[in-house]
Amino acid sequence: MLNYILSRILTFIPTFVGVTLISFGFIRVLPGDPIIVMAGERGMSDARYAELSAQYGFDQPIYKQFWDYLTGVMQGDLGNSFVTKRPVWDEFFALFPATLELSICAMLFALALGLPAGVIAAVNRGKFFDRALMSTALIGYSMPIFWWALLLIIVFSGNLQWTPVSGRIDLLYYFPDPTGFMLIDSLTSGQSGAFKSAVRHLILPTIVLGTIPLAVIARQTRSAMLEVLGEDYIRTARAKGLSTGRINGIHALRNALIPVITVIGLSVGTLLAGAILTETIFSWPGIGKWMVDSIFRRDYPVVQGGLLLIAVMVMVVNLTVDMLYGVINPKIRKR
Amino acid sequence: MSMKTTLATGMLLATVGTSAMAQSLVYCSEGSPEGFDPALYTSGTTFDASSHPVYNRLSEFKVGTTETVPGLAESWEVSEDGLSVTFNLRQGVSFHSNANFTPTRDFNADDVIFTFDRQGNSENPYNQVSGGSWEYYSSMSMPELVSSIEKVDDYTVKFNLTRTEAPFIANMAMDFASIVSKEYADAMMEAGTPEMVNQAPIGTGPFTFQAYQKDAVIRYLRNDNYWGDPAKVESLIFAITPDASVRYQKVQAGECHVMAYPNPADVADMQSAEDIVVMEQEGLNVGYLAYNTQMPPFDNANVRKALNMSIDKQAIIDVVFQGSGEIAKNPIPPTMWSYDENTVDDEYNPEAAMEMLAAEGVEDLELKIWAMPVQRPYNPNARRMAELMQEDFSKVGVDVEIVSYEWGEYLERSSDVDRDGAVLLGWTGDNGDPDNFLAVLLGCDGVGGSNRAQWCNEEFDAVIQEAKTLSSQEERTALYEEAQAIFKDQAPWATIAHSVVFMTMRPEVEGYVVHPLGGHIFNQVGLSE
Repeated sequence: MLNYILSRILTFIPTFVGVTLISFGFIRVLPGDPIIVMAGERGMSDARYAELSAQYGFDQPIYKQFWDYLTGVMQGDLGNSFVTKRPVWDEFFALFPATLELSICAMLFALALGLPAGVIAAVNRGKFFDRALMSTALIGYSMPIFWWALLLIIVFSGNLQWTPVSGRIDLLYYFPDPTGFMLIDSLTSGQSGAFKSAVRHLILPTIVLGTIPLAVIARQTRSAMLEVLGEDYIRTARAKGLSTGRINGIHALRNALIPVITVIGLSVGTLLAGAILTETIFSWPGIGKWMVDSIFRRDYPVVQGGLLLIAVMVMVVNLTVDMLYGVINPKIRKR
Repeated sequence: MSMKTTLATGMLLATVGTSAMAQSLVYCSEGSPEGFDPALYTSGTTFDASSHPVYNRLSEFKVGTTETVPGLAESWEVSEDGLSVTFNLRQGVSFHSNANFTPTRDFNADDVIFTFDRQGNSENPYNQVSGGSWEYYSSMSMPELVSSIEKVDDYTVKFNLTRTEAPFIANMAMDFASIVSKEYADAMMEAGTPEMVNQAPIGTGPFTFQAYQKDAVIRYLRNDNYWGDPAKVESLIFAITPDASVRYQKVQAGECHVMAYPNPADVADMQSAEDIVVMEQEGLNVGYLAYNTQMPPFDNANVRKALNMSIDKQAIIDVVFQGSGEIAKNPIPPTMWSYDENTVDDEYNPEAAMEMLAAEGVEDLELKIWAMPVQRPYNPNARRMAELMQEDFSKVGVDVEIVSYEWGEYLERSSDVDRDGAVLLGWTGDNGDPDNFLAVLLGCDGVGGSNRAQWCNEEFDAVIQEAKTLSSQEERTALYEEAQAIFKDQAPWATIAHSVVFMTMRPEVEGYVVHPLGGHIFNQVGLSE
């Protein structure tokens, strides 16, 4: 197992260098000079332009800029944002807990509903329940996030007033945030009602962000279960007289989980990096919106650093997923 | 210091309990500030969060007008030759304090000198702190304008200028001129954390900064030692809410009291809603189409006028602005002093326009229209605007090709003297002075730069240059009216529209005034019981 993990970690190195190069090159390929974008309609004198170019290192040859960036990264320095002038690192860690908290909740929501739904649909294959569930999943998968979120806000926050419109907690509450995770910080703040408020604020964004993974997981679980349920060992188990619950829950589901976990691993990457629409609509202070704003402003250090950090996290998640395969299926870890 | 420590610092300062939060005004703002030192930035979102609540300036804009009134300077005198301005500073004004800093002295001349010296003097230890880009200071030509700043005594400061500049007092009321504490800056430099001046601001304004969480919330407390009229609410909270529809939902749900920038499509609904108040005012901006007046046949004023007559501006207001704009006839907006009400706009008359073009011998004219790739208050959808113009021009036999570039490219290429085609662009005022529109956008110095029409008219330029040297607003008004008449006659642009700014709020909000310079200011805003 240790060798397996080590070999997986070794593959990190070329991927890491590749990602560094791509994140550096990607934003520079886009047309648009960050200094001119910054000046806007007001414009800038040639002397001032030259001064700023030198300050940001744009007067250096591109390979030199890359080398400086790479050596900075190796020393843990991702540079400072052109816009806020703050270290990219600080900005990332101020925003990342919010994204992570929302992603975890969305994933738990998707799993809690998606796995049972997929299993039930597979067991009742072709029946009404199966069809209804899979049609709903298809709708969930195809739903435009923006529209879905606004619809939920108008109905549940506007008309019914069950949930707050946006934000992470009622502004009435004010306490330090040592972890950045609102659920934990509100619980430890000792302010009564804070935790409940944080939970209420999480409901709609969790549903919106979890909708697509929910649909994907339900469909994937169903098809993986169907495949497994047709295997010989399931027939053997039935012949042995095992209960349906035991067959479906233990023998079939465990084997069906491998492709499902792959999907979960891939979805986590999307959740971490792709929560932009959900974050914008629910005024959720996470990294998705931060990245997109930075691309529009041609804030090179933030785009480069943000992409790199997100890529590293996706790699870590996928490594974890690979290790999980081993836990679920011993054949894989022995390979 | 990290964001969390900032928050913790705010906590220590926090004297309000939950009960006092009833006196909180919550403003749903559209985005995060870039920082809290206004001199480092140029965006209105940043100024709303920094210069308006936390700081003061030597002169101030009277809220709701572009008129300047005394601020941290009680009065000022301009020398006879106009080459020096002496400010008499207000005494007994104290700076805010926070967990890391408690002022030991009141505001004085050292703070004024430090505020400007760090922006203009590369030797100043703060010149390079926080990226050190003082864009507004340089774009208002302050480095060329101010030759030196002298401390006459603790409460008197004299600015020596290289030329007479009437808008100087208005410049001193701009956000970049917000007075920062030298004592705080020195203390932070000594502590090795100079960037704190930008992250945990200390000013003299009506609110003290309490805490900021990026993309989520900014908190301020009332400054009970404020030298002017104290703020009406005990605390001010900015709930950062980027989506306009969500901001509106939050106002409806009572999660915010005031919001900025509603969707134009929602305004009708807001105006008919019972528990929502909508205020409106023309923005201090202008959207225009600038011909290249150095390229034939657009070097002929009659051709330009004929083209202007073929544009159906009302259709543009209806379709592109969806009612949140009004037709522009002058190059300056109607909320600005010296705006000439009597100007007669070119009438929309395609037949007459065709005849004029024929009379000038112009046939089979081809024109490129440049459409901006971004949304701006003065032009919410340039592509759509260009399409409408394409249709209008085709009716007078002009064949239009629409071109566009990425924003940075667009700004750069459109400045080019040899540029092919007419450019859609606009301008939002900085200091409420007509010079800030007329000289920047239409003066001879701007050719090859911010003067997109590449238009250098000697008569016009002489008038605006003279106006700049006079201190009497009455005399200046007469000259600017003359300049507007020359502009209208020569038509280097088709003036298209001024945006209309809407502010949406709950009925319990009292005393809000829409500020023509675009800022959102809550110093005198209260909440009824």
